Amino acid sequence: MVVGMTLSTFLQQLINGLSLGSLYALIAIGYTMVYGILKLINFAHGDIFMMAAYFAYFGISVFFLPWYVTFIITIILTMLLGAGIERMAYRPLREAPKTSLLISAIGVSFLLENLATYLFSGKPQAFPEFPAMTTPIFVGGLSIQPVSIVIPIVAFFLMTVLLFIINKTKVGMAMRAVSVDYDTAKLMGIKIDNVISSTFAIGSGLAAVGALLWCMKYPSVLPLMGVVPGLKCFIAAVIGGIGNVKGAVLGGLILGFSEVLMVAFFPSLTGYRDAVAFIILIIILLFLPNGILGKKQVEKV
Amino acid sequence: MKKSLSLLLCLALVATMTAGCSGSSTSSDNSDVIKVGVFEPLTGANASGGELELEGVQLANKLRPEVLGKKVELVVADNKSDKAEATTAAARLIEKDKVCAILGSWGSSLSMAAGDIVKSNKIPAIALSATNPQVTLGNDYYFRVCFLDPFQGTVMANYAYKTLGAKKVAIVQEVSNDYSVGLAKFFTDAFAKLSGDSNAIVSTGNYNTGDQDFNGILTNIKATNPDVIFAPGNYTESALLIKQARALGITCPIIGGDTWETNEFITVGGADVEGAVMSTFFDDTNPPTEAGKTFVAEYKKLYPDRQNIPAVTALGYDGYMMLMDAIERAGSADPQAIRDALATTTNFEGATGVITINANGDAEKNSAIVKVVKDGKFTYLDTVTITQ
Repeated sequence: MVVGMTLSTFLQQLINGLSLGSLYALIAIGYTMVYGILKLINFAHGDIFMMAAYFAYFGISVFFLPWYVTFIITIILTMLLGAGIERMAYRPLREAPKTSLLISAIGVSFLLENLATYLFSGKPQAFPEFPAMTTPIFVGGLSIQPVSIVIPIVAFFLMTVLLFIINKTKVGMAMRAVSVDYDTAKLMGIKIDNVISSTFAIGSGLAAVGALLWCMKYPSVLPLMGVVPGLKCFIAAVIGGIGNVKGAVLGGLILGFSEVLMVAFFPSLTGYRDAVAFIILIIILLFLPNGILGKKQVEKV
Repeated sequence: MKKSLSLLLCLALVATMTAGCSGSSTSSDNSDVIKVGVFEPLTGANASGGELELEGVQLANKLRPEVLGKKVELVVADNKSDKAEATTAAARLIEKDKVCAILGSWGSSLSMAAGDIVKSNKIPAIALSATNPQVTLGNDYYFRVCFLDPFQGTVMANYAYKTLGAKKVAIVQEVSNDYSVGLAKFFTDAFAKLSGDSNAIVSTGNYNTGDQDFNGILTNIKATNPDVIFAPGNYTESALLIKQARALGITCPIIGGDTWETNEFITVGGADVEGAVMSTFFDDTNPPTEAGKTFVAEYKKLYPDRQNIPAVTALGYDGYMMLMDAIERAGSADPQAIRDALATTTNFEGATGVITINANGDAEKNSAIVKVVKDGKFTYLDTVTITQ
């Protein structure tokens, strides 16, 4: 059933789509980066995102730290967690077949979920409120939460920073070298371990930023909160062309807009919203098996 | 991918478990303990609800630790808020722990998932706050101590139509949850009957358990400008939904069902859930029976810091006490004898009211409590009695 809608309703839906899509984009960047270097789908990415949410929750609601201190600590802890996971679960398997790495990633994902359930209980915790970010501004019938504007800005800013790191810095050059030819890069004197650790740290840092913004918009923290965003952002990364940073942002936005616009135009199908992600994935993979921006090998991380 | 993998594993587990059972005796007559299974979501999306019911069962167990001169041992199984996991948990209680009866689960979908298992193993089960009619329908082994959704839907439709004077209603339901879909339907039917207007429901939105973004649905609803929004569903999702509705500038009352009454609804929803109205089973400031007064006094002794007593905790208490009553009348811990005694429960005085089990296995109850969130607390608003 398609309903006629007013311009303001449509614009409101576009705003909803932009902020949701940018959140997906932020998390998808982390997925895509790790894949670009290691050719590993880091299934634990969604759970690293969840741990970041808990770090922030504990910082503010339990230890009463100021929000800016908490945010910095959260990002640092999450980066350490990401690098730590790589050290413990992926590095020992570096010479093993890719499938073993994938299984290890799923294992880490379950470990984090169950650890969080054990440590923090299965009950949802309320993330502290940020009135400055969530109090809506009303513009001609439209309601805009400041956080909805901040999310896309942060997403594009971080994408630019990341592209700069990858394309213009020495670490970035090393990352690209590792991604093109692992063994040759090693022979050229690149410290593979450091490059991979920093890739995981940066990817996890992005997940942390994503988690902070996510929780400002959707203020509940749960051990399983990373599962669905993790899956959706993986799809976003694949749609855009996995391994490609711009593609991840594009994929995230496509996914966010399609979900919201489907709800807007087909209200009776709202229960199938999650299916949209998979339908888009199938359609895009049928016509562009490498994703939308996936073909240009040079742009790969 | 992960989900389907775990589903597959669960299926495999269930298959092996049911294959292993071949009429083995589940009776615990010979030992000196009577094992009662408590089947609740203790992790996952419904964890808070499960914990509240478990507290009620444990409190009752503390007050009445023995029956027929034997010690009653509670065996707690976590169904992880997951329908596939629920069948495994119920099977484990019956096959491995050899319980003689089961209490739970919070959430109609989870209880229904265990329905076939209790039926085929002939182990009686008592649903505590699962309100969907399907839980006990066609199942001689599932009983319940709470009211049903057709009744609850009518109560809330009355509240919306008569008290709030609503003419246009928007509905938001959790499509993956039988409780939410059922209650939304009964509300819709009752509201159409009351108002005589079959187009009174101006908009229906669906979401899935675990969703966090409702802006799309709510923007649609805002455009239809309803007088009230009826949104039965899980507490966290509902709290986020109300928050987002308020942020979008939707000011109409938002009302729901019994599942909202958990602490998390208020901590997650904060100031935005002030004024949210829901129907529930029990009001601790005015217990309807002597048993209710005892329950309130004992609860306050055990948890002196808590501000109010959730209704589902009282139902947990009632479920356990009704089971003890049945075991005593049966004179044995044989599951079949307990089932027969449960089926003939008449005028049992529970904390939430006097319970008589009817032919469907349901408690005949005709009054509900309406509560509102006021100053961060669930506050008594009204008692609604409807005679069918």
